[in-house]
Formats: sequence, structure tokens, C-alpha cells
Amino acid sequence: MASEKNTAAKKSSWFKNVSDTNLLLTITIVVFFAMYLTAMIFLGSGFLKPQTFFNILNAQAALIITACGMSLVMITGGIDISVGGVVALVSMSCAVYLDFGGGDPYTAILLALAIGLAFGLVQGFLVAYLDIQPFIVSLAGMFFARGMTTIVHTNPFNVENEAFTKLKMTRVIVPGMGSVNKIGKYVDAYVEIGVVVALLIVLLLFCILRWTKLGRAFYAVGGNQQSALMLGINVKRTKFLAHLICSLLAGIGGYVYFLHVGSGSASHASGMEMNAIASSIIGGTMLTGGVGNIIGTFFGVLSLSTIQNIVSSAGLDQAWWTGITVAAMLCIFLIVQSVIMARKKRA
Amino acid sequence: MANKNKSIGAFFSGLVKQQIFIPLVALLLLALFNLIMDPSFFKITLGYNSVGDPVLNGYLITILDYGSELAILAIGMTLVTAASGGQDISVGATIAIAGSVILRLLCGGQTTTDTYQTPLIVAFLVAVIVSMIFGAFNGALVAYFRIQPMIATLILFTAGRSIAAWINNNQLPIVNVESFGYFGGYIPGVPIPTPFFIALICVVIIALVLKFTNLRLYTQAVGINESSSRLNGLNPEFIKFISFVILGVCVAVVGLIKVSRLSTINYSVVAKDIEMDAILAVALGGNALSGGKFNIWASILGAYVIQFLTTTLYKFKVQSDALPAYKAVVVIILVVLSAPIVREKLASLGKKMKTKEVA
Repeated sequence: MASEKNTAAKKSSWFKNVSDTNLLLTITIVVFFAMYLTAMIFLGSGFLKPQTFFNILNAQAALIITACGMSLVMITGGIDISVGGVVALVSMSCAVYLDFGGGDPYTAILLALAIGLAFGLVQGFLVAYLDIQPFIVSLAGMFFARGMTTIVHTNPFNVENEAFTKLKMTRVIVPGMGSVNKIGKYVDAYVEIGVVVALLIVLLLFCILRWTKLGRAFYAVGGNQQSALMLGINVKRTKFLAHLICSLLAGIGGYVYFLHVGSGSASHASGMEMNAIASSIIGGTMLTGGVGNIIGTFFGVLSLSTIQNIVSSAGLDQAWWTGITVAAMLCIFLIVQSVIMARKKRA
Repeated sequence: MANKNKSIGAFFSGLVKQQIFIPLVALLLLALFNLIMDPSFFKITLGYNSVGDPVLNGYLITILDYGSELAILAIGMTLVTAASGGQDISVGATIAIAGSVILRLLCGGQTTTDTYQTPLIVAFLVAVIVSMIFGAFNGALVAYFRIQPMIATLILFTAGRSIAAWINNNQLPIVNVESFGYFGGYIPGVPIPTPFFIALICVVIIALVLKFTNLRLYTQAVGINESSSRLNGLNPEFIKFISFVILGVCVAVVGLIKVSRLSTINYSVVAKDIEMDAILAVALGGNALSGGKFNIWASILGAYVIQFLTTTLYKFKVQSDALPAYKAVVVIILVVLSAPIVREKLASLGKKMKTKEVA
């Protein structure tokens, strides 16, 4: 009798442990590889080249960075939907600074960081110290950033700054991954600088979340504020830092985005906040806080952009298909999460 | 002296405690601002439109016209906010869907039409049902799957406009029937814009519902404390669910007004950012955005105040794309002032000042 109970307890504890970060992470990674393999088999050609994969990375470097910040905030139980707006504002401000202000691309990085910092300070203060709902705060932040983008400059334009173009065209060669093109010439596979930055940030955040005191505090605050407080964690400061880092990463993401597109426009990065949230959720970060993993978020972004690529190469090229697929994926993963949560509560 | 001070203070604090005080003050401030900057803001003239019917013109009429859309939305949004403690950010996208359904039915699948292919009332009712279904989808995610309202509605926010475009095969059907324009314009012989009357009908209906049913009590009970409302025999899931369905009806009505204004639709622009205005109307009405007690009249007044603000900004030649920046500042000021911590601080500050005076 006792042993039976014991094994049952063991079983449920195993389920509990796995269903936290690991189960969701495993689902995400499996989904990503399944999708990519399906694409390789059925859509062939394009997906077989490594460069296709690197192009996904090139296009999504900014999203990876912002989604990492988003995951961080979501782990502490908050949310920040202003990131898309911040990205647009950063790229527009940098574009104006480079083209009309005659600045150089390296000082523009400081500008990007400053914008991110400003948003982070205000939003973090409002959320953490005044206890206002993060959604409302960042909704206002999003509209403010979008509005400010138009105020900074109305019409979209391409940047024609020489130093910037040089930086933009800098490519990092990935050895051994090249392929032979149509005229039989060997072409090296490459990634842009943004990808390197994104990967470094993923690595850094992963280490912080896993091995530092601050990282563990993020999880503790998201899991249960009361017990985190009793453990002697400064809950307010932790929340503040999460929002600050998120906006700062949105600023960096904005610069990487700007480096990729090389233009300023008020409609840049529209819907990026949704993609960042969707990637985090697909990557196994729970909206309720306390559960999440940066590696999962990374794969979440990859899954999301792979499915978008599949949709467009399957001939469903209208823009509205992308919206529907992203929403459908988000919906499925949300329901899976909610079912897991309900089960855990019962267990 | 102290006594007199006290009575005045009591009068003011009594007034301040009234929820409708906030939108009223905002309205007065805006009116005062306009009066100082340019009194012609308040001029109303009687003119004739292109068909030759008498219509009233002026900024105030514009506010009455466009504010009515917001007021209708604010009714549903207030209920959703009160019951679920979150807001629905998919209303703009759902308006696009409702409008798309109406146009599709009226045109019968063609790109342009001179007669109704489907009776207008049928088209409208189908749109109502469709929006109710989408509302029910949101409501089910929130109530039964326990997803935060804003995240749950994020799904439709992302997909809604795509679905709207898909309903009409990405075409923009045009309805060339004169009577279709009445809903967003003027009924011949009536110089006041029709949306105002539609809003009036909605307000009367919701007033009757709140008077003769327990909707207000139940919604507030669920919003204030879900588990104790369950212990009292309520079904909190169903009440949350129904609040989203009611919002669906409001959305369909606004959808009709929106497509009637243009006789066609632009999927990516129609009702853009209206969710922000609707949430702002609820917040400006002094309703707690975290749910609980609500005052629908304050929200409706709040909706007109928001439109007042928008019209004022337009008058000062602010670009429509830049409007959100100004409104965001207003939102932040509002939420900061209504945050419990700030209120406590202000209250204790007030007390300190009072004790100093007495001393």
C-alpha cells in the first residue's frame, strides 16, 4: 500500500517536474524540427540549402532579441507590448540621425540604447513601484512610440550614409556551410552582424537566468510574489529590472532591425510585439509567470518564421495568411498551456 | 473658519468621490482650453449636404457623430472590464470582420451593387451573430481556459483583419444604395447624425437591461471577487463569457456604422486603434481597469470626452498617425492618478495639510 502510494507520488512528481520548463521546451524543439524536416521533404530545393536557414536568422535577428526581453518580462509575470513601437521609433530616429543629423552609425547605437533605456525606466517604474497593470502601461508605451515615430519623421525613406551602408553590408561567413549556385560557383554561407549580436544575447541571458542570483529571482517573483518576498527577494526591484532589460533589448533589437532593413518608416516592425509574445509562448514561457526558457524562445522564433516561410513557399502568398497562421499557432499553444496548468492544479 | 473650511472640503470630497466627476472635469478642461484657444470651435452652422438635405455642421457635431461609435463600444468594454478585469483589444479587428460580413451579404459576392442583394436587416443580423461568435471565442478563452483577457484577444487582434479580408476575397465591395448611407450619415430631413440616435437606442437598451436584470450586480460580484461570487451561487465563467458576447453585439453595431460611412471598407484602416480609445473611455469614466465596480454612464461620457480630445487635436493639425502619442500621455496620467499607491499617497498628503492647518 505504502509503496504503491510512493510510486504514485513519484510518478506525479515526475510529471510535475517535466511539465514545467522541459515539457514545453521539448514540444517546441520537436515542433520546430518536424516542421523544418517536412518543409525539406515536401518543398525541397530552398529548404535544403543551409543559406535558407541563415536567411531566416538574418531576417529574424531583431525578433530574437526582442523576444528574449519579452520572455524575461513574462517570466516575472508581466508583459510588454511596447517593443514593436520601440523598434520602429529606434529605427526611425537612427535613420533621421544618420541622414539629416550627419551622425555615424556607432553613435547611433548609443541613441538606440538611450531610447530603450528611457522606455524601460518609465515603464518599469510604473509597473514595479506604482503597481499598475503592465499591459496598460505598455499599451500606452506602444501608442506613444508609434505616435512619436510619426512625429520624428512622417515619410519612409532609405538611409544613404556611407559608413552605415558599409556596416550593413558586413557579412560573417559561416565556414563549411556554403553551396554551389546555378552557374556552378561556390557561394559562402553568411550571416549578418545582427545574428551574432542576437546569439550572444541569447547566450548571455541564458546564463543569467540559469546561474545568477538575479536570474533565479526572476523565476521566483514570477512563480509566487508572496513567497519571493518572504525569501528576502526585492520583488519591486526585480520587476523593475525585468522591464528595464526588456526595453533595453528592444532598443538593441531596434538597431539590429534598422541594420537589416536600412530604412526608417512609421510602419516598421508592425505587429512585432505580437510575434515576440507568440514566440515566447510557443517557446514555452508561461503567461502566468515563473516558467520559461530563453533557448525555448529562440526556437519559438525559428518555428514561427519557418511556418511563415512554409506558408509563403506553399503559394499562399497573400499577406493575410501570415496573420492567420501566427494567430492559429498562438491559439493552439495557449490552449495547450492552459490545459497543462489545469492538470497540474489537479495533480 | 475651520468649520467653514471643513464643509467646503466635505462638499468637494463628496463630488470628487462621484465617479462621473473625472470625465466631467476632463470635459470642462477641454472645453475651457478650446474656448481660450479658439471660441469658433463651438460654432454650429446649418448647411446642406450634397443631396440637399439640411445637416448641422461644426466640431461639436463631429464629436457627437464619431463619439457615438465609441460610446456604443464603451458599453460593452465596461462590462468586459468589470467582469474579467481585463480589456478586449480585438474590437477594431472584429469591427472589420462585422463590416466585411455586412458588405459581403449586401453585395452578394459581387464587387459592386446598386440594390441590396440581401435585405439589410438580414445582413445586419448575420453580422451580429458572427461578432457574437467571435466574442464567444474570446469569452471562452478567458472564462473557461483562464487566459488573461488581453492575451486571449491578442489572437483575434492579430488575425481579425486578415479574416475580414478573407471573407471578401480581399476585394473591396461597394454598395451604391442611398439608404445604406443613412446609418453613418444623416436620415433625410434630420439634421443630427444618425450614429447619435443609434447610440441612444443602445444606451436605452442597456439601461433597461441593467434596471430589470441582475447583470450589474452579478458582473460586479464576479469582478470584485470571483471565488466568493462562486460561493454565493453565481457562475463566474458564464458571466465573463456573456460580457464578451455582449461586447460582440456592440461591435457589430459599430461595424454597421463604419461601413455605412464609406459604403465600402478598408481592412487595414477601418476602426484602427479604436481599442485604445474604447479602453481609454472606460478608464476616463473612472472605472477600475482591474475589474469590479463600474459606472456605465461615466464610460459613455468618457467616450465623448475622448472624441472631444481627438477632435481638438485634429483641429490643431496633429497628424492622425501622431494622435496615439498624445493619447498615450493621457492614459499614463490617468492610470498613474488612479493607481492605489498614488491615491494613498495623495490622501495622506491631504491629511497632513489639513492637520497642519488645524495646528
